[in-house]
Amino acid sequence: MTDTPPNLEAWTCPLPLRDYPTIVLGHGGGGKLSSELIEHLFLPAFANPTLAGLGDSAIVDVGGTRVAFSTDSFVVQPLFFPGGNIGELAVNGTVNDIAMSGAQPMVMSVGFILEEGLPLDRLGVIAESTGAAARAAGVELVTGDTKVVDQGHGDGVYLNTSGFGIVPEGVAIGPDRALPGDVVIVSGDIGVHGIAIMSVREGIEFGTVVESDTMPLNGLVAAMLGASRDLHALRDPTRGGLAATLNEIARSSEVGVEYEERLLPVPEAVASACGFLGLDPIHVANEGKLVAMVPAAVVDDVLAAMLAHPAGSGATVIGRVVEDHPGVVVARTAIGGSRIVDTQIGQQLPRIC
Amino acid sequence: MKYLDEFHDPALARTLLDDLHRITTRPWAIMEVCGGQTHSIIRYGIDQLIPEEIEMIHGPGCPVCVTPLEVIDKALAIAARDDVTFCSFGDMLRVPGSEADLFRIKSGGGDVRIVYSPLDALRIAQETPERQVVFFGIGFETTAPANAMAVHEAKRLGVENFSMLVSHVLVPPAISAIMDSPVTRVQGFLAAGHVCSVMGYWEYDPLVDKYRVPIVVTGFEPLDVLDGIRRTITQLEAGRAELENAYPRAVNYEGNKPAQAMLADVFEVTDRAWRGIGVIPQSGWKLSEAYRDFDAEARFDVGDIEVQESAVCRSGEVLQGLIKPNECEAFGTLCTPRNPLGATMVSSEGACAAYYQYRRLDDPKVHR
Repeated sequence: MTDTPPNLEAWTCPLPLRDYPTIVLGHGGGGKLSSELIEHLFLPAFANPTLAGLGDSAIVDVGGTRVAFSTDSFVVQPLFFPGGNIGELAVNGTVNDIAMSGAQPMVMSVGFILEEGLPLDRLGVIAESTGAAARAAGVELVTGDTKVVDQGHGDGVYLNTSGFGIVPEGVAIGPDRALPGDVVIVSGDIGVHGIAIMSVREGIEFGTVVESDTMPLNGLVAAMLGASRDLHALRDPTRGGLAATLNEIARSSEVGVEYEERLLPVPEAVASACGFLGLDPIHVANEGKLVAMVPAAVVDDVLAAMLAHPAGSGATVIGRVVEDHPGVVVARTAIGGSRIVDTQIGQQLPRIC
Repeated sequence: MKYLDEFHDPALARTLLDDLHRITTRPWAIMEVCGGQTHSIIRYGIDQLIPEEIEMIHGPGCPVCVTPLEVIDKALAIAARDDVTFCSFGDMLRVPGSEADLFRIKSGGGDVRIVYSPLDALRIAQETPERQVVFFGIGFETTAPANAMAVHEAKRLGVENFSMLVSHVLVPPAISAIMDSPVTRVQGFLAAGHVCSVMGYWEYDPLVDKYRVPIVVTGFEPLDVLDGIRRTITQLEAGRAELENAYPRAVNYEGNKPAQAMLADVFEVTDRAWRGIGVIPQSGWKLSEAYRDFDAEARFDVGDIEVQESAVCRSGEVLQGLIKPNECEAFGTLCTPRNPLGATMVSSEGACAAYYQYRRLDDPKVHR
């Protein structure tokens, strides 16, 4: 092994330093800052073709079998929120990332980073829900890790989960596979998780309690594949909301995406909270929804299968994939106009008035 | 949703648009004063749907956009202090000062927090008496009453570790400044509905008389904006210049009297610099003598910070309606929401950001 010291002078930060020479919260917001960090800093450092696909999970060949492998970390505050806690969120997050390749998740790891002073009963509840969520999704938590950090160096609990599953024969789903003519389906109400978190984090009450939509989607994906193996793109729109996901698919597949604003399933509580805060539900996080690009020929069968599954009971068609304006998402507005829907820069900021 | 869905109705929108196309016989230029209305116009594609003859000029009514660079730099200096918890509305955090923004101050260890009400900042001050808690009190007459209430309460409750960096601006002097400009093209105004819900619209009578322009108090949903435009055009086509209220579900002539009394107590009128425009006499509020102890600018001794605006950025001309955002050389090239040169590219209410977000498809200058 050669012992060449790293040449620090030759290393140039590919990020435009004049903007943010340090990490800001927006780098974790799932918007443009996040993807720039990945594309300009991590991708070149890790350089390999599998990673370059930038799917929710990586597809690797293991002895002739296609394995979908994914990891996700969770730093949500508060740890307990209406409709769930960090434990089930962590399981469902990785389960869903694996499921978006069409694979059924099989086994998972979980890593706990705990802050000194965390009450054991709180950790107990989180561990219980982590286990229960894994059982509900039909995966086993087969390995784990625990670390403790000094008080003040963590927010109680941080979680990381990783896992894998096997991609079935004949299934080829990816963010780069959407084709003009495909129909765009979302599996149910959007913006629910983000508003649920905001309602407790910011102490804002909206009259009705909005509960997080965190849930595993592998069962729903299996039902969809049962109706047709010819699904083109699947993605679960988490941070950055549906807008970020549609933009990712439009860019990866080099197609345009159009949707009708009036067809978006936005629950009234989410709509009013967003109206009040000056947010757009299209940018608000989800944790139990998927968006699918499917060929028009199979859309009826796929939609029927989704509607028959509890995780897809709110499924609806919102738009289509087009040849025009590749890489750009366009919304048809309620009154007949149109606008470009872009990814947010960092996190979405509430407007002043 | 009640009072919301009705104002997005496609059939009613069609009726209003048909009306507008029928009555418009020649070119007109009208200004929507408020950034919230600019946002609606672009977000719903209203400017694509109205007759070509009608030009919508986007006014200086985005509080984030018109807050002077100097005040941003003062905010950054205060927020960077170890003893300060700096609270702000969310969209001020990415507005560039001379060298940084509040996000970067936060990233460097500054205690910067997004709050939804100035009263939240006051509560933080009560909960952390060992910290100096500063609220960034900007905005038009709309945000001013809550800010006034926070300062009033701080004084009443004796919360001495609370203060406010105040840079409030007022709509009527801005309308005067626009109409006094020798190069103005504005022939009618949509007045900002939310400002009028606080102040009423009696302040606009003298403006209509002096400048002979129609002023229509207008709301923010797409049908509100369409109705405001239609009423303004109706007046212009008939050669009338009157004050009208197209937002009666929220606005009456007198306005909110208790709020106005609170404002008169806590604030006093002052000359104010507008970013990109310059000083407009008697166009802002500062804390009145009785509340001067709560002035963050004095408390943290940042009064002598002076700065220069970007030479390339033409946000001043955009804010005065002299050019459209995409007519600026820097638009979409040197200046994007990712690297904003001026505040009009930062705030979601800013005219440049609205153009960039929603309009790039038609603009060959802008590539992804």
